[in-house]
Amino acid sequence: MSTTTASDAKRKAPAGERVADWADGRLGIYGLAKANMRKIFPDHWSFMLGEICLYSFLIIILTGVYLTLFFHPSMNEIEYHGSYVPMQGIRMTEAYASTLDISFDVRGGLLIRQIHHWAAVVFLAGMFVHMMRVFFTGAFRKPREINWLFGFLLFVLGMFTGFTGYSLPDDLLSGTGVRFTQGAILSMPIVGTYISMFLFGGEFPGHDIIARFYSIHILLLPGIMLGLVVAHLILVFYHKHTQFPGPGRTNKNVVGMPLLPVYMAKAGGFFFLVFGVIAIISALFTINPIWALGPYRPDQVSTGAQPDWYMGFAEGLVRVMPGWEINLWGHTLVLGVLIPLVVFGIMLAAIALYPFIESWITGDKREHHLLDRPRNAPTRTALGVAWVTGYMVMLIGGGNDIFATHFHLSINSITWFVRIFFFLGPVIAFIVTKRICMGLQRRDKDKVLHGRESGIIKRLPHGEFVEIHEPLSQAQLHALTAHEQYAPAEIGPTVDENGVERKPTRTEKLRAKLSKGYYGEGNQVPKATAEEYKEITSGHGHH
Amino acid sequence: MSSQEISEADLPHEQATTHGTAVAEHPFADPGLPPHKPRIQDIDERAAKRSERTVALLFTLSMLATIGFIASFVIFPVDKIVYVWPLGHVSATNLSLGLTLGLALFCIGAGAVHWARTLMSDEEMADDRHAIEATPEVKAKVMADFADGARESAIGRRPLIRNTMFGALAMVPLSGVVLLRELGPLPEKKLFHTGWSEGKQLINMNTNEPLRPEDVAVGSLTFAKPEGLEESDHDFNNKIAKDALMIVRIQPEDIKDKRELEWSHEGIVAFSKICTHVGCPISLYEQQTHHVLCPCHQSTFDLSDGARVIFGPAGHALPQLRIGVDDEGFLQALGDFSEPVGPAFWERG
Amino acid sequence: MKKLSARRRHPLAAVVVLLLALAATGGLYAAFAPAGKAQADETAQSLAIEEGKKLYTVGCASCHGTGGQGTTDGPSLVGVGSAAVDFQVGTGRMPAQQPGAQVPKKKNIYSQAEIDQLAAYIASLGAGPITPTEKQYSPEGADIAKGGDLFRTNCAQCHNFTGEGGALTHGKYAPSLEGVSEKHIYEAMQTGPQNMPSFPDTTLPEKEKKDIIAYIKTVNGDETATPGGFALGGLGPVSEGLFGWIFGLGSLIAVAVWVAAHTAKAKKS
Repeated sequence: MSTTTASDAKRKAPAGERVADWADGRLGIYGLAKANMRKIFPDHWSFMLGEICLYSFLIIILTGVYLTLFFHPSMNEIEYHGSYVPMQGIRMTEAYASTLDISFDVRGGLLIRQIHHWAAVVFLAGMFVHMMRVFFTGAFRKPREINWLFGFLLFVLGMFTGFTGYSLPDDLLSGTGVRFTQGAILSMPIVGTYISMFLFGGEFPGHDIIARFYSIHILLLPGIMLGLVVAHLILVFYHKHTQFPGPGRTNKNVVGMPLLPVYMAKAGGFFFLVFGVIAIISALFTINPIWALGPYRPDQVSTGAQPDWYMGFAEGLVRVMPGWEINLWGHTLVLGVLIPLVVFGIMLAAIALYPFIESWITGDKREHHLLDRPRNAPTRTALGVAWVTGYMVMLIGGGNDIFATHFHLSINSITWFVRIFFFLGPVIAFIVTKRICMGLQRRDKDKVLHGRESGIIKRLPHGEFVEIHEPLSQAQLHALTAHEQYAPAEIGPTVDENGVERKPTRTEKLRAKLSKGYYGEGNQVPKATAEEYKEITSGHGHH
Repeated sequence: MSSQEISEADLPHEQATTHGTAVAEHPFADPGLPPHKPRIQDIDERAAKRSERTVALLFTLSMLATIGFIASFVIFPVDKIVYVWPLGHVSATNLSLGLTLGLALFCIGAGAVHWARTLMSDEEMADDRHAIEATPEVKAKVMADFADGARESAIGRRPLIRNTMFGALAMVPLSGVVLLRELGPLPEKKLFHTGWSEGKQLINMNTNEPLRPEDVAVGSLTFAKPEGLEESDHDFNNKIAKDALMIVRIQPEDIKDKRELEWSHEGIVAFSKICTHVGCPISLYEQQTHHVLCPCHQSTFDLSDGARVIFGPAGHALPQLRIGVDDEGFLQALGDFSEPVGPAFWERG
Repeated sequence: MKKLSARRRHPLAAVVVLLLALAATGGLYAAFAPAGKAQADETAQSLAIEEGKKLYTVGCASCHGTGGQGTTDGPSLVGVGSAAVDFQVGTGRMPAQQPGAQVPKKKNIYSQAEIDQLAAYIASLGAGPITPTEKQYSPEGADIAKGGDLFRTNCAQCHNFTGEGGALTHGKYAPSLEGVSEKHIYEAMQTGPQNMPSFPDTTLPEKEKKDIIAYIKTVNGDETATPGGFALGGLGPVSEGLFGWIFGLGSLIAVAVWVAAHTAKAKKS
């Protein structure tokens, strides 16, 4: 600060500046602002998916705090005498009764509950789509692998925060979900019964689980998630955002609009837009009408017992698994429940580890800030689509009873369909996607070499008809050829510097094989080269 | 604009290296950022004024909506139900508060974005990126500093300190783990027993009265709990989670399983209502096929054949309760279930 | 494979693919659509037995046999009672139209008088549950909350929390209770139509049945309040999830496209 010079002393700084000076003297905000105030963010709608997640997370926290003011996380049983007539005199826990009160006796309570729940549904869906965007454009590559992991953890923690949250009202539907959880815990070999007894404070359902889920749902998990969100955002700022290739966009710059004022207004405004849309949805559409479900009792149930969508994948795995059980030496191995849980873990781990697998295959140690178009990474794109296909098939499995009644199908047939297509579907999706990507690559190459089909037909002097191809602008040519193509990795030299022959290790062989599958002949279309282009354009006009 | 002078060096590596043809007029060379074109608002002050009015209108609408929110909060009683097509009979507070709040928020967002899109500069700019990795000099300095620090701490020279410290740090979390032991009791044999025992009458869940064999018709479905268990009991839920019973009557000649027939009373069979898969109450009984389906994961059991699993993820049959009739002519249990009810677990055997 | 990829760009390729896809979808549906035999049951009693018998001979005898003794196409109606006839014919399930996993509800083609005659005839074949009177099934003064508890114990497992219906095995289903009359609900509990188990008065007395009917009419009637807004079918998380994805996330992405789009440039002069 330089208030000592004579010229400055004359001028009285405006109030805002004086506050900023005060803060800078303690926090060093000018240094921060210098680096970030005019930070550039590229414009693309898919870059805003993460913002949808961030804002719905904030909405969930805001509304969640309000709900805690009225919710009683207690399993003490009382007789209901509130304003909802069809529950008069019914025995229920205080947790359920207080949720009824929030819905019927607190003005705006129902709205906040519905905003909280709709925002949670959108939050998880948004994270899923955001993650797919990052995956299919290759934005997870160096230096962003750690941020990919943060995002992955947020998705997984979000699932469990959601699960503990919808269990809290202790209604018949969520109680059934908790019962499932307890059954799944029991299936764990050796420790299952112990963990179940410890988690529930005794036998199911006991009197503790709601209070325990409460502290997990409102403190433990969201606390961790908040930390991860902050870390995720810091890394986004630090790495600067990725961008799609185009004229003037290179791996060494980022092109877009400055944070102040454009992104301040756009991103800030988007928060209000997201909040507004979710509030309007909550005004118009019911979610989780717990009053219609009744209080939880372990001997009551309703058909259509499903978890929220983000657990539907796990639900599907559990539903379609055959009932295998092994009884040996006085012990039971409940494979029918255990295998789905393991597969669930493997499917999640596959997403978490993918960036590391791909960078191992490519052996690429450089930073990547330019995004891939999905077509230009056919194998990655095909793997992603295969994963999503498996996920979607399992979602159908998780809702097989609803699909059965609404499409007049047999529940058994749907289950068999899912059993088969969980394995077959991803294979088909992989092949089809890869072919589509290759086709698109071929089309791009044609466009670069021969120009855009104009649709105008010209008749040549000797009677031949040709379609006029308009040459692309330099910007378009650049955008279509800016992507990188790897050559398949070879197994390193098999003779060391002393001339001694060595056997390639198994991992080397595997890597070479995978690399060939990714980048070998027939797995990508070599992009147009300058020579090809020159040869065609210099020779004979448009043809 | 700085980005206009992007040089050859900024071409993707691969193009420059593998082909080595990055001559001056490379056909695919980056032409740099396209020149900025003005929007209508940039050149026409009337259009800019229109945008300004739109933004101000949106912000004003938001204010009005907030006033509407407060008014709705005051006006509508919490239990007021109104019919709104096509939503149905909905809560007046939920609808009015939600719509006004949503509008108030949405208009702020829409105003800000419209402002940014039409009136703030839309000239694209480029920021340079800098390598994240440290330069070799920085790295060397850090390594040297670290070595200095490590040496000064003497941790390498005094392994006794190092080893005991790691030991202490590794052990101290154990206290926390041990504390978790208090979360609940040990399993012991709790999962092996239920509230049923010899002589306990089967109490109809609907009427809270004991059942007689003649009450249970072929094709009917009844649920029962053991005598002495009341809904108002403190641990009713814990008990009913294991004791819940499903009773059907099947013509004795239709019962395929010998033991099932033996354990029935004139074709009245009592099975655990708790699914052996993960414990949902299972009771979707089809009286013509005698199949019972679980609504949670579609395990299907054949009640006419020892409740064996005929479809779905359950691993074993529903446990059957052996029943008979007591002196007064009421149905009674002839003992506890012979195996644990509910989901399978490691010690089940 | 070569040949196939060579014709990939044929103008008709898209049409062929579309047709194949349609055929595959149809084939899959045919394969998965449940087929099976229809099963049903019926009953009756009184003076109009003769009239009922005539109606029976025309509409029912081909499946249930000339004397109601049953054939391979339909079960015996001896002892099913008049309540069963009133339910089956009154809801249009009988006479059945086509075989399938389950006989669906459809438009009833008989007048109530004809149904009563049919019921009287079937009842004369053997004693069974009698058509209830309004005093029996009217939910007037019943305990709704108790009915809810009973509903969740006895009915919700198949018919859903609020009676929206649900799936059973091999294409069978528990139908929605929306718009089903009090009498028919009562008769269904009494007689156990098709695969539904019965809930006779001995285990579920008249008063409890009334409670259940009162609950159904409260939570699934024309006047039922859904305070939170449109109920999305009352099916729970599946419809909520679909809605959240398509409309929730969908509208937010639409908004995001607007936020990120470039503003229209002024036309070049």
